[in-house]
Amino acid sequence: MTLWLLLLIPLVGAACIFVAKASIAKWIALGVSSLVLVVSILMAVQFDQWGTSQTGLVSHVSWLTQLGVTLDVGVDSVALLLVLLTTLLTPLCVWGSFTAITSRRKEYYAWLLILETAMLGVFSAQDLILFYVSFELTLVPMFFLIAIYGGKNRAHASVKFFIYTFTGSLFTLAGFVYVAWLYQVSQYGVWSFAIHDLAQFASTNLEYSQQCWILLALLAGFAVKIPVFPVHTWLPLAHTEAPTAGSVILAGVLLKLGTFGVYRFVLPMVPEALVAYAPAIAVLAIIGILYAALICWVQDDIKKLVAYSSISHLGFCVLGLIALNPIALEGAVLYMINHGLSTGALFFLIGMMYERYHTRDMNSIGGLAKKMPVWSFFMVFFVLASVGLPGLNGFISEFMCLMGTFIATADAPQWPGVLGPEYAAIAAIGMVLAAMYLLIMVGKVVFGKLKEPNQDGALSSLPTDLSPREIGILVPLAALCLWIGVQPTVLTDAIRGSVEEVLAPYPRLVQPEQDATSTPIVIEKEDQHG
Amino acid sequence: MADRLWFLIPELILLVGAITCAIGGLANTAAIRRHVGFIACAFLAAACISIPFVYTTEHVATADTLLPNIGKYVKFFAALIGILLVMTSGGLMDRKYEHAIAKGKATFSALRTSGGEYHALLLLSIAGVMLICEARDLIWLFLALELVSLPTYVMVAISRWSKVAQEAAMKYFFLGAVSAALMLYGFALLYGATGTFVFTEMVDVFAAQRAEGGIAVFGQIGLLLAIFGLCYKIAAAPMHLYAPDVYQGASAAVTAFLAFIPKTAGMLAIIMLCTLVGWDENRLPLAIETALWVVAVLTMLLGNIGALLQTSAQRMLGYSSIAHSGYMLIGVIAGPPLGIVAVLVYLVIYGATNTSAFATLACLSRDGDSVDSLEDISGLHKRNSLAATSLAVSSGSLLGIPPLFGFWGKLLLFAAGIAAGQILLVLIAVVASAISAWYYLRLIGLSLLSSTTPRSEGVSVTLKWPLIAAVLSAIIAIGGPLVLSSLMAYAEQAVVMPEE
Repeated sequence: MTLWLLLLIPLVGAACIFVAKASIAKWIALGVSSLVLVVSILMAVQFDQWGTSQTGLVSHVSWLTQLGVTLDVGVDSVALLLVLLTTLLTPLCVWGSFTAITSRRKEYYAWLLILETAMLGVFSAQDLILFYVSFELTLVPMFFLIAIYGGKNRAHASVKFFIYTFTGSLFTLAGFVYVAWLYQVSQYGVWSFAIHDLAQFASTNLEYSQQCWILLALLAGFAVKIPVFPVHTWLPLAHTEAPTAGSVILAGVLLKLGTFGVYRFVLPMVPEALVAYAPAIAVLAIIGILYAALICWVQDDIKKLVAYSSISHLGFCVLGLIALNPIALEGAVLYMINHGLSTGALFFLIGMMYERYHTRDMNSIGGLAKKMPVWSFFMVFFVLASVGLPGLNGFISEFMCLMGTFIATADAPQWPGVLGPEYAAIAAIGMVLAAMYLLIMVGKVVFGKLKEPNQDGALSSLPTDLSPREIGILVPLAALCLWIGVQPTVLTDAIRGSVEEVLAPYPRLVQPEQDATSTPIVIEKEDQHG
Repeated sequence: MADRLWFLIPELILLVGAITCAIGGLANTAAIRRHVGFIACAFLAAACISIPFVYTTEHVATADTLLPNIGKYVKFFAALIGILLVMTSGGLMDRKYEHAIAKGKATFSALRTSGGEYHALLLLSIAGVMLICEARDLIWLFLALELVSLPTYVMVAISRWSKVAQEAAMKYFFLGAVSAALMLYGFALLYGATGTFVFTEMVDVFAAQRAEGGIAVFGQIGLLLAIFGLCYKIAAAPMHLYAPDVYQGASAAVTAFLAFIPKTAGMLAIIMLCTLVGWDENRLPLAIETALWVVAVLTMLLGNIGALLQTSAQRMLGYSSIAHSGYMLIGVIAGPPLGIVAVLVYLVIYGATNTSAFATLACLSRDGDSVDSLEDISGLHKRNSLAATSLAVSSGSLLGIPPLFGFWGKLLLFAAGIAAGQILLVLIAVVASAISAWYYLRLIGLSLLSSTTPRSEGVSVTLKWPLIAAVLSAIIAIGGPLVLSSLMAYAEQAVVMPEE
């Protein structure tokens, strides 16, 4: 029952907040989310399956027996890392909202805690329907967080966010039910939605065309969430309008629900279809990387810039996911963690600046290093982490993703893939662009001549530079960035077993030794022409 | 014969209840008149309680209907949700008149009250739904369907003292008469094709015809006409055009009733007619399936797109109710056991959670008048956060946001549809649900997020009972999933056919 404990504590906390006084809501929320963090760390210590592919902390709860829907939970090493990321970011978000949220406080903190349950549910679900329910449930708190506490354009942003993701994931649900039905037919009428059974069934028993339809259905939901190029337009709006904590959670965890979905479902369920479509997905990811990077370059709004940079960064993560070798996939998983840490921190920093100056316009603000040295230090630190400075976390994952893509050629000896150097080369331009737009931003805002917008006096009671509370939020994030940058092997070793298990069927599919008529060969030829 | 009467005990209880309410409403003492609603609730509860005793295994074994167990499920929930519906109309009837009497401005005259009649008609209509379950021939089915509909015409007319309600009632009545004629014509053709009115005999005749190469054309046309006639009851396209006007014209409490009771009746009748021809190898006869398919698609799309354009809350919910009929038809097309179970479960979920939306509207008023425009609910959370939350929860459930009750209903329907190979139909339903997100979000946004406008300043919660109904129904929407498994097991039991 331990994982259920983790899922239920925030819900109980949310219920407590509803009956408590508004003034202590934030303390309850902080206490509850810190408790969840402590429990999750204890679980991580207790977890015996690090480095293997097994699922631990499993608990079975049967529920809708007629359809085989259960409430089974359990995590493998990858999911547990993301659980830890969630439980770390939530208390920081609560802490970071202490001064920013002044009205409707009870609802705010209650929604944050419900959101935490939903996110943890996504990562720990062992049942497709439980996964879907949690996946959709994340929408509701985020919708309210944006719609009640967001910026000027919040109504439009929240509705667009909701409708995009809701529509996409309905197709995913249809895909899930389709797989479950095919499974039920093969099992003579016994329904099951267990992720493990269905993945095993789908990857081995389904025809190529069926796999393609399922791939399409799954991507409809996950691509919107990640977001991949043509369906990304909800993100800049939602990120910009959301309150600081909302942006942090959106960038830090919610986007990872998409990539985690790809890792958990697309890779194990539909290998044949993925091998065929990986180049197309990679092209979309690369377009996203470059297109979003170019948009970042011309942004004046700092928050919007970081939002677009998320689209660009997640493109690398997608490349890593579909390069089909352990280096790239480990890089992609690491990317999920790293992006959560560094982009989350950037949104915190922008929020802190916004609370002081009430502007995010790069042209009306500048040279803050003179006024706020501590803030500026962290800003430069996290921008460098985000850009990929060796020694910090961003570098490791970006390098692994690109490296994995580079070697993912069809004739690679151990882990053949369907991408190759040309994909990596073009995507790498994105890294250069990222350095450009982020450093230009730092140059304008942190360095140069001091420029402050006209303040109307009674703006805030905050100190000029960061308060101890704000430093306390940033330090753990910075420490983790540094630690992962220096010691990435701790994490890559921990997830190796899971990653290799997921990739196990692929070499055979990409490079069939005897059978020359199967689809992957066609892809391989096309690649050589291109 | 005695055995048939035995199954009508819940209906008889409601009949006694209807008479009691009708008389009680005319009582000289205000205290009795005011408690007619409680009397109605008590009889509905009694009907509920009687059902486990009526549907014992021995008695069900003697039944000669097509689906002998279906009454156990449908009657129970029709009565249970009926209680919610009575609460929704609590304080609605004769409000101003009773007020005037209490102040001494008017004296009581039996001719001027309609509270008793209203509750009596409501109970009769629910008894009609119950009677459908016991139908063993087409005549019985037709009479039961009319018993459902006729009281609703009057209920629409007397629910509000305004011309809009009169107009709505007239439209409802005339179009209802046309649909009944259509249905009767279909029944006549069915008689022509089979030579009998009795369901169990018709099943054999159809089975024999199918074995010889197909159902007679007369039979197919008859069935199509009957189903089109029934589309009126469930407000499915192309017979849905009356629904927005009537739903807007009637008071919110009556609209909540219209959205559940006649819909349940229509759905039950369609399921029974389809059972006559049967789902041979999980497929209805091609003509019927095609017709239902087109009706379902049109209903889902027209309902949801229509709802996008509305400025009146009740009209919008009217269109939403049309769309939900479309979803349910997926289950009918998919067929037993999962499809029919899904329809039955969905009916209950829809009835229980949809009531909340209408009850919220019913409890509000501005200067003594009922509210209607969407603008009126803008900023409702500042007036009454309980009402606003109920409305939002109900909208979320109707939209199908997990883990609310409505989601599970949709999941069952989608699963049934996919399992019957109707993947395109399910994809259309997915698109339709996505469209519906726009207007349900609007309801949620207006009630929970918007600030008040000058128009909605004067809106306040004036009626206690509808608010209680709304809150209860919202609690069902949240807590319902906990009992989903038992609900589904109950519904599975209901569609068990008798052993040959």
